[in-house]
Amino acid sequence: MFRYILKRLLIALITLWIIVTITFVLMVSVPGSPFNSEQTSNEAIQANLEAHYNLDKPYHIQYLLYLKSIATLDLGPSIKQPSQTVNDLLGRGFPISFELGMVTIIVAVISGILLGILSALRHNGIIDYLAMGFAVLGISIPNFILATFLIQQLAVNLKIFPVATWSSPMHMVLPVIALATGPMAIIARLTRSSMLEVLTQDYIKMARAKGLSPWKITIKHALRNALMPVVTIMGTLLAGILTGTFVIEQIFAIPGMGKYFVESVNQRDYPVIMGTTVFYSAFLIFMLLLVDIAYGILDPRIKLHKKEGGEG
Amino acid sequence: MKQAEEVTKLSPANVPDEWFTFIEVDKTEAETVSRPSLSYWKDAWRRLRKNKMAMMGLVFLVLLTFMAIFGPMMTPYDVNVQDRPNQYQPPSAEHWFGTDNMGRDVFTRTWYGARISLFVGFVAAIIDVFIGIIWGGISGYKGGRTDNIMMRIIEILYGIPSLLVTILLLVVFGPSLFTIILALAITGWVGMARIVRGQVLQIKNYEFVQASKSYGAKSGRIIRKHLLPNTMGPIIVQMTLSIPTAIFAEAFLSFIGLGVQAPYASWGVMANDSLGAILSGNWWTLFFPAFFISFTMFAFNVLGDGLQDALDPRLRK
Repeated sequence: MFRYILKRLLIALITLWIIVTITFVLMVSVPGSPFNSEQTSNEAIQANLEAHYNLDKPYHIQYLLYLKSIATLDLGPSIKQPSQTVNDLLGRGFPISFELGMVTIIVAVISGILLGILSALRHNGIIDYLAMGFAVLGISIPNFILATFLIQQLAVNLKIFPVATWSSPMHMVLPVIALATGPMAIIARLTRSSMLEVLTQDYIKMARAKGLSPWKITIKHALRNALMPVVTIMGTLLAGILTGTFVIEQIFAIPGMGKYFVESVNQRDYPVIMGTTVFYSAFLIFMLLLVDIAYGILDPRIKLHKKEGGEG
Repeated sequence: MKQAEEVTKLSPANVPDEWFTFIEVDKTEAETVSRPSLSYWKDAWRRLRKNKMAMMGLVFLVLLTFMAIFGPMMTPYDVNVQDRPNQYQPPSAEHWFGTDNMGRDVFTRTWYGARISLFVGFVAAIIDVFIGIIWGGISGYKGGRTDNIMMRIIEILYGIPSLLVTILLLVVFGPSLFTIILALAITGWVGMARIVRGQVLQIKNYEFVQASKSYGAKSGRIIRKHLLPNTMGPIIVQMTLSIPTAIFAEAFLSFIGLGVQAPYASWGVMANDSLGAILSGNWWTLFFPAFFISFTMFAFNVLGDGLQDALDPRLRK
């Protein structure tokens, strides 16, 4: 188990390093300097600014400096808002995005699993068809479309929920629905198909033959095994929710990290783009690592496999 | 009466030989197959046709492709010509889907958007398949050390948030159709490679492949004749599911302002343009692009589900 975690950790670090490098290379290869825009016209000022941000140094020195600053968790200043550092922006935006993301994932996991169990137990029944029809719809409707639709119907027309911003639990309802529907649908489908598979296994028949109650069989014997695929896909879902927050925060004017990211992209504020990208990736890789470790703990086969060859 | 009595008395022993006629069996005919053989693809198509949802998706996609080609020709309007006095016209006989904030015809723009979405989806998926087959095929077939290294690389790439990298690429190289497809392809093939590898790994140990090998078949022949055809099913399924992902990504990027730029119109761009309009009640500007994005993704998803069932011989009844 320890070796397994160590291996995962190593892979995670390499991934992060690759992302940092890609980000650096891409940002350096942007034509022109970030300062030859409307803000500065004087060449001397521009040279000074470039010296200040180390942009006059050779690339490999810049790269090492950048690696060093990331290792010390200093993501540098914002170019378009000179009084702000990237750390300031993240410090303000991240807690809000984190809250939104966590509420979303909790809602998606709980409702998705419930929906999946329900349709597996009522296989080919009316509930199954309804739930799966709903799930396919949920996968098909992009979150930003759903968000605008929800605003139009529930906020503008019916005035049940506030249109935008982030200050009370009522404000959370629409963004969370918009973000959670897709992942919920994916989880529901996955739970259903793996439940159906597990329910035909011999040990379920055995449990039934022993006279266990259907409730106990479902929860204790079937669900535990059926949830393994759901755990595997958590990483991908988290990535989806994370990028989903970009647009959702933009649409609902939520002052989270995603909003800063999209703004920085639109304003070509390179240090902020780099900083948020690296931060997002680090966060996501960390979550993937947690998922992997959870999987290793839940699935006893991982421990036995020293050389994995058959996973696909 | 008498005859009937005789019949009842008959036992197998005293049946006269002349009651029987000898049916000639042509030994040469014994090996011919009397019915047309049902190939894998015919069988899959037969089963797919029974799946109503999947067929609905297929029909929708065929119609959409048709309209993407011919739709813009049905109206006298140009996709980008602005007609400010006519902005926000509701759907009418002149403008079937109404007009948008610039007075552009939504009907014409919708089909232009279909062109972009289908193009991005298909091209990105084809590139995915191409890289995925090569990477996954080599990794699975070679096995051992090669496989180990190639899979470690995949594991590392898997952790990279693809949409973020796509956004970065678009910021650096400027938003264009080419950059979007390139960015989607760079990050999208990993899933395909994993699937191909898993399949190849499994199939290469089957007896029929071993038999072929023992007859002296070269690697090239085994890959072409045995491994690839047997991997086609999962590849096609993965493709139908990665097309909507690409379509979503394009719409998403267009929506945050990084998508295709004028003179192209994509559904994401149209949805983004009409964000302000929904507050004022001009629903049609958002409805049509939103409907077509969602329904196209829906169609690909149900078609993919149907294909998954139809192409898996184990699910054959």
